[in-house]
Parts: sequence; C-alpha cells; structure tokens
Amino acid sequence: MAVTALAASETRRVPIRLRKLEDERWLALVLLMPTAVLLGLFIAYPFAEGVLLSLSSAKVGDPGEFVGLANFAKLWDDNIFWTSVWNTFWYTGVTTVFKLGLGLWLAMLLNRHFKGKAIVRAFILLPFIIPTVLSTFAWKWMFDPTFSVINWTLFKVGLIHARINWLGDSDLAMASIMVVNIWRGVPFFAISLLAGLQTISPELNEAAAIDGARPWNRFWYVTWPLLLPVTMVVMLFSVIQTFADFQLVYVMTGGGPANATHLFATYAYQIGIVSGLLSQGAAVSLAMFPFLFVIVVVQLLYIRRVETR
Amino acid sequence: MAEVSLHSLNKYFDTTHVVKNVDLQIRDKEFMVFVGPSGCGKTTTLRMIAGLEAISSGEIRIDNTVVNAVPPMDRDIAMVFQNYALYPHMSVASNMAFGLKMRKFEKAEIERRIKRAADILGIENLLDRKPRQLSGGQRQRVALGRAIVRDPKVFLFDEPLSNLDAKLRVQMRVELKKLHERLAVTSVYVTHDQVEAMTLGDRVVVMKDGIVQQVGEPLELYNRPANRFVAGFIGSPAMNFADVTLADGNGRVTAEAQGLKISLPDALASRARSKAGRKATLGIRPEDIRVANPGDSADHCFEAEVEVVEQLGSEILLDTRVGPALMAASIDPESKVRAHDKLRLVLNPARLHLFDAETEAAI
Repeated sequence: MAVTALAASETRRVPIRLRKLEDERWLALVLLMPTAVLLGLFIAYPFAEGVLLSLSSAKVGDPGEFVGLANFAKLWDDNIFWTSVWNTFWYTGVTTVFKLGLGLWLAMLLNRHFKGKAIVRAFILLPFIIPTVLSTFAWKWMFDPTFSVINWTLFKVGLIHARINWLGDSDLAMASIMVVNIWRGVPFFAISLLAGLQTISPELNEAAAIDGARPWNRFWYVTWPLLLPVTMVVMLFSVIQTFADFQLVYVMTGGGPANATHLFATYAYQIGIVSGLLSQGAAVSLAMFPFLFVIVVVQLLYIRRVETR
Repeated sequence: MAEVSLHSLNKYFDTTHVVKNVDLQIRDKEFMVFVGPSGCGKTTTLRMIAGLEAISSGEIRIDNTVVNAVPPMDRDIAMVFQNYALYPHMSVASNMAFGLKMRKFEKAEIERRIKRAADILGIENLLDRKPRQLSGGQRQRVALGRAIVRDPKVFLFDEPLSNLDAKLRVQMRVELKKLHERLAVTSVYVTHDQVEAMTLGDRVVVMKDGIVQQVGEPLELYNRPANRFVAGFIGSPAMNFADVTLADGNGRVTAEAQGLKISLPDALASRARSKAGRKATLGIRPEDIRVANPGDSADHCFEAEVEVVEQLGSEILLDTRVGPALMAASIDPESKVRAHDKLRLVLNPARLHLFDAETEAAI
C-alpha cells in the first residue's frame, strides 16, 4: 500500500517526457544503452573495420581499394599460413590436455586438508598473476642456448653433453612454448576446478566409500561427472585464450625459427604490422574466426547438455 | 547377524577430546539410538563405526572382528546421511544400484534387489527420476533404499529425519520402525531428538560432552535417569528441578526449599539419609503433579501460584511458581484454572527423583 501510494505521488511530479520510462520497453532500452555503446565502439566497430580491411588492399600509407576475397585466396596458397593453422590447433590441443590434467591433479591435492593450505593456494596462483610478458622473458632466459639454466642442470646431472638449442630447433621451440603456456595456464585450471570441487558435498564421497567404491571409482563415478560442467566452462575459456595466444610466442620465438612456431595471432601481426600489409594481416586474423566459432559452438552445446542432465 | 562393540573408544580433533572412553555393546538386531545435544560426540562415534573418521584410541569390533583399520567399504555397513547424500547425476535406480555395481553383483541380482527395496519403500514409480525431481521425503526413502539393497550387517543412520518437516518426520519415524522390524538388521541411529530416541530405540545411549551418561531401554531412562542431565533431556515437557536441602528428623527425611517441604518415600529416604543437611536437586515430572484433594497427605503437597495456563486439549500444562522455583504441572484438561490462581498441588512421591547437587548423579 505504502509503496503504491509513494509511486503515485512520484508520478505526479515527474515531467511527461520521463514518464515514458515507466514503460518497461523504454526503460530496458535506456538501461541497455551504455553496454550497447561500449560493445559497439570497442568490439563491433573494430570487427567490422577488420572485415572491411581484409577485403581491401590496404598497406601502411596506402588506404587501398576493395579487392574482394583476394587476400583470402592468397592465404589459401600460403604455406606459412597453413603452418600457423596447424600450429595453433596443435598448440591449443596439447596444452589444454596438459593444463586440464595437471590442473585437476593440483585441485584435488589442494582440496585436501593440510597445514599451510591457504599459503600454498596463494602461491599456486603466482604464474597466473605475474604479467605474461615478464614471466615469458624469464622463461626465454631459461631456454637461452648459452645461459640456459635447464641446459646447465641437465649437463651437471650428466644427461647431456652438448648444449641444446631449445628455441633454435623447430620442434623443440614448439615444445618449449607449450611448456611455458602450460606453466602459465595450470593455476587457472587448478583454482577454478578447486572451486568446482568444493561445491561437491564431501558426503557424496563418503557415501560412495561406504557403497564400496575404491578411490579411482569414487573419482570416476562421482567427482568427475559432478565436476564436468565446471570443467567444460574452464576448458572453453582456456581454449579461446590459447587459440588466440600472442604475447607468449611473440616474446619467446617471434614465430621462429623459420616461422615454425607461428600461431594465427603472431602471423597476423607479422604480416599486418611488421610487414605493413594491413589487409592481409586482417585476413589472417579473420581466418581464425570460423575455426574458433566452431570450437566454441560445439563446446557450448556440450556444456548445455551436461548442465541439463 | 552382527554385534557392534566399542571398547574405550576415544577421539581427539587436534587437542579437543570429543569422544571420551566410550564402552558399548550393541546386540545383534538391536536398534540402538545415540541421543544428545549437538556437539556431544554422537555423530563422531557413528562416523568412527562407519570408518569415515579415524579412531584416536580404543577398539571397534563388528561381528567380533576388530575393524579399527578396515576401510568403510570393507565393513559391510550401510549409512543413511542427514542430507541424504544421493548422487545428483544418477537416477534413483542408479543410486540404489551403485553400491551393488561397485561390488560386482550380477545385473539380474541388482535388478531384483532394487525392485524389492523399491517395493518395501513404495518408490517403484520414482526409479527413473533424478534426486532433484524428488521431495524431501522421497529422497529420504531413496537413501534408505540405497542402504537396504546392500543387505549389510549394520545400518547406520545420521540424523536421517532432521531435514523433514514435522508431520513427515512422524510418518517416517513409524516407517523406520516397521522397516527395522521387517529387516531385523543391527542399527545405530543418531539423533538429537529425544522423542525419536524414545520411540525408535530398543536401547538408547544418552551422550553429553563426549561421555556416555546412561545406556538403557527408553522406559528405564525415563523412570530411572542416572543423573540430572538424562532426567532433564529425556521426556517432554521436561522434568522440574528444585534446589532443596535434605533434612533428617522425627524418623523422616525431607527435602526442603522455600515454599516446599516434601517427605521422601522410604527407599529414597534411606539412600538420602546420609546426606542430611546437604544440598540436593529434587526432580519431578510435570505429569506426576496434580491438583491436591482435601484428603491428600500434607507430606507431599505444596502451594503454587499459576503463571501461565496452556490448554493442549489432552491435558493442561500449568507453569507455576513455588517459592523461587518454577514448576510445570500437567493436569486434567477439564480443570478450571486461570492465571494467578493460587493452587494446592500434590506430587506422586513414588515418582520423585533426587540428584546430588555437586555430582548431579541420582541419589
């Protein structure tokens, strides 16, 4: 009663043009405005501009003209582009598997009770907190052919007799950047999965233990299915991030040796910014879009299935 | 066929001693209820029997085998949890089948057992549902079903009815009792509700601060509580207590307080005589007090002022003041009593309890 009365007296005072806001449709529009403007300005506009750029022949200092799909046709015949495509999938696939495995293992360990748990949990996050560029430089130093602490250790232990040129060999370079990516990504998996684990009532595991399930069965039949929705969301985020990774590769190898470690993002940068072929760079970036789109759609569909189970 | 015995059982959480030297024999097919206020160690004791909690010292035997170091899965027990602990991603049937699947039972046997349990519990039509599609009472039945299909040596219940509403709780209590009669499996049941303890238990263990206060059949606890705590915990409405001084004179032992002078019956008097001159606590249940008739002996009567009248239909509950003490009395529902009335009440001397003021043990 009091609320209605108050609203009625308010209505009398508001000017007529503001009365429109009492209609939910207008109010919704007004409330959505700031978000719509921000999204439009910083996402939709650059995206559209990127699409236009990829359909032009623009270079640095030359706005170019509309050339249709010529840039994409050129990519189709570009070996380095196909290497980047393959690299991106390989890089994303391998690191995601390791990040999930190690992250889950860590999360399960951290979900137990032990002394100093809070401190360990905080430390686990460090790789995630340190700016990627800084930590990657440290890794680059560790993989340096001359100063590598890894080489030094292996040498002292007697496992190797000659220096390994970690970032100079194409396969080793790929493996090296994967290691760094995994190191950086595990904390995100560990902490997110730990949060997921903590939503699972310990009673369920106890019930399963009494029901006769050994630890592995308890994990497989109880913990894992209940953790799956969280796992899928974490994987989704991680795959998107990894697929579009740039700074790590850029700092470690710059796409080298001999373009062996280029991903979509670094190759787009290489062509578009370093070489100044803006339109082709845009085309490489955009080529990432359909791949990522398919991955995300598949994952989202799967998540929905898991959650409505 | 299983006895459960606890010998000098102790449990420490860090430095806190939560279960203290518990000795207990639970007989084959017996329904044993652990009751006590929260934090009394009853659930911890149950979890130690289940193997979910390690034993600090002492010994647990199931069927004469020491199970101290035996993991829960090998103890042949089934447990019903307070929050049901149903696997949310499995159907009702899978929930019940899980324990059998883990123990590598044949499919036909699993189905036979599920059908039987579902039949007993009346949940045949729920077998395909997920736990979240069930009401609290239905979930409770499924949790029971999961325990039944296992055909275990011992059933453990951890406050299984405390999440249900009052009406359903009474109904499930009756069903649990029937179920136990039908299955005749040794059961250990933890509750904080003394009504559940009294109605379900063949015997009841009353615990407080990790110590067993008394073990006995429900009526034994009710009629002969071992100490003041058990006397106050068992029975509703609760027993009245009055601080009294014992006196011995003219061949009679009396319990006296301001406004109260009760002479003790012979058996009690002989036990209390040596404590004459000392303080004690007098206990009398509300149902053992009634309005006095002119013919009642003055030895057991006292004057009281009515403070509150609670008409319950089957009885009237009076809250009265006797000197400084408060006394509740349960009287005939047809009595005409109003607040602030001054009444002469009489208590049944055969039902008097006396507790030592210091040790609180029954005299």
